Amino acid sequence: MDETLNDLAAHVTGAAAVAGAVRAWTLAHGELTLEVEPAQIVKLATFLRDDPACLFQCIVDVCGVDYPAREKRFDVVYHLLSLKQNLRIRLKVATDEDTPVPSITSVFPGANWFEREAYDLYGILFTGHPELRRLLTDYGFDGHPLRKDFPTTGFVEVRYDDELKRVVYEPVRLPQEFRNFDFLSPWEGVEYVLPGDEKAPPPAPPKAG
Amino acid sequence: MAQTLDDMKPVDKVRNFQINFGPQHPAAHGVLRLVLELDGEVVERVDPHIGLLHRGTEKLIETKTYLQAVPYFDRLDYCAPMNQEHAFCLAVEKLLGIEVPRRAQLIRVLYSEIGRLLSHLLNVTTFALDVGALTPPLWGFEEREKLMIFYERASGSRMHAAYFRPGGVHQDLPRQLVEDIGAFCDPFLKLVKDLDDLVTENRIFKQRTVDIGVVSLEDCLAWGFSGPVLRASGAAWDLRRAQPYECYSELEFDIPVGRHGDCYDRYAVRMEEMRQSTRIMKQCVERLLKESGPVHTPDHKVAPPKRGEMKRSMEALIHHFKLYTEGFHVPEGEVYAAVEAPKGEFGVYLVSDGTNKPYRCKIRAPGFAHLQAMDFLSRGHMLADVSAILGSLDIVFGEVDR
Repeated sequence: MDETLNDLAAHVTGAAAVAGAVRAWTLAHGELTLEVEPAQIVKLATFLRDDPACLFQCIVDVCGVDYPAREKRFDVVYHLLSLKQNLRIRLKVATDEDTPVPSITSVFPGANWFEREAYDLYGILFTGHPELRRLLTDYGFDGHPLRKDFPTTGFVEVRYDDELKRVVYEPVRLPQEFRNFDFLSPWEGVEYVLPGDEKAPPPAPPKAG
Repeated sequence: MAQTLDDMKPVDKVRNFQINFGPQHPAAHGVLRLVLELDGEVVERVDPHIGLLHRGTEKLIETKTYLQAVPYFDRLDYCAPMNQEHAFCLAVEKLLGIEVPRRAQLIRVLYSEIGRLLSHLLNVTTFALDVGALTPPLWGFEEREKLMIFYERASGSRMHAAYFRPGGVHQDLPRQLVEDIGAFCDPFLKLVKDLDDLVTENRIFKQRTVDIGVVSLEDCLAWGFSGPVLRASGAAWDLRRAQPYECYSELEFDIPVGRHGDCYDRYAVRMEEMRQSTRIMKQCVERLLKESGPVHTPDHKVAPPKRGEMKRSMEALIHHFKLYTEGFHVPEGEVYAAVEAPKGEFGVYLVSDGTNKPYRCKIRAPGFAHLQAMDFLSRGHMLADVSAILGSLDIVFGEVDR
């Protein structure tokens, strides 16, 4: 399996039609990941679909991942499947809040909703998408809920008001604070100051000599 | 002054008609809102509005430990709960690099096939209901009830089982239960035969489904279809055979394939799959009765120790405490694991940052890909065909909206 994927990676990175599209590739857990130049994603997807050695004709999934610490905070992750070769491949494109990624709906019509979902939940923009509207969240929703800086409880809550005879939106009120327990073991090198430790004086720097 | 005929029929004022199908409609199979644009009775455009059942599963999973995330998967496709858990467990096990013992694999396969029966029974019978047959759901739900009792006897819960755990299954099955599942199989085949007699050659059913919603194999792939919908269009593609997981490669079963890719073929594929699932169940029962062994991995860093052991051994007590508070740490990395769920390829893309909680868990639901093609499939059909196409795609909103 790994050999086949190695050959495939060599084939894709060496192909003249998509020269320079693949920045890097990794093979882990029996899965091949290609890091792709954003401007080249449509070209590469077309190549992977049509090249006789690839034939990744089936779009499996497109999704976003958020890494707030990075300069380009989002990854758009594409999963493709080849029925003929019985292989899977993963493509990754890095982007940020303002830089749009070319949409692959022209290559795979099935990417439509997946890209809409990535826009809805992460705010990743796609150019060339036929209708980049919100998909899963409420009509008139504000924000992108799957970003790491979006609180799990959200900002607004909905209830039916019997007097107004309609559904009203209100800021979230929690009778009990949202409980997110930190069970990580303090003996395994957590990076924050442990409760109580803030009172202790900072350790003196070791004296030279 | 007499009006001419042309004055009375202002042709230029004829316009397309928009209707809302759902969100509360019995044929919408849940909370689907379809905005249909009609020209007379012909569908011009379909715009599905989804998200009415969105619960933020993926966001919630990011705040839970790996073990706490398992029950969320029951609540996705609630017609076949354990198949979803299976995909998540496979993803976690792939990252952890642990092997599942043989008996656990057999139990998982057995219950995945029970899940397949649960889902197909619901779909086939309510699909028949959508196109006008009332009896099949009454028959099908009786069998579903029996299957749900098998769920309950294994896990304590009829639907939200949380029975598959990373590393194996939660508990071993009692011998009596395995025997009862074995005794269920043959009478069930008779019910499938009865359903077959009632529906398959039924003139009304055929008029409503044959040549409706035809989709070619190329389109299937480009739209990301999988499962029975893909097989009805002629691809002998089943993850249980193509990319086998657990012990599917040792079991005997056939993959039914359709030829026309219409609603009728999708129905026929599901009917045959029920027979094949029963065949797999029989093989699993036979082996489970003969073989015994552990049902989860012996690694107590992942699977909890036995209750009795925990009461006596300090080591086991510590393991138990750590597992149910901190949980286990999963090595950094990313994997995609997929299973052949009843509705198609159900995948989990899991990104781990090395802590006890998933960094990102993307759920790839087959129904999501199927539903987005509603516009493509229904355009040019009659209004009544929309519910037939929707029924044949087997949509469940738990997994589409997540």
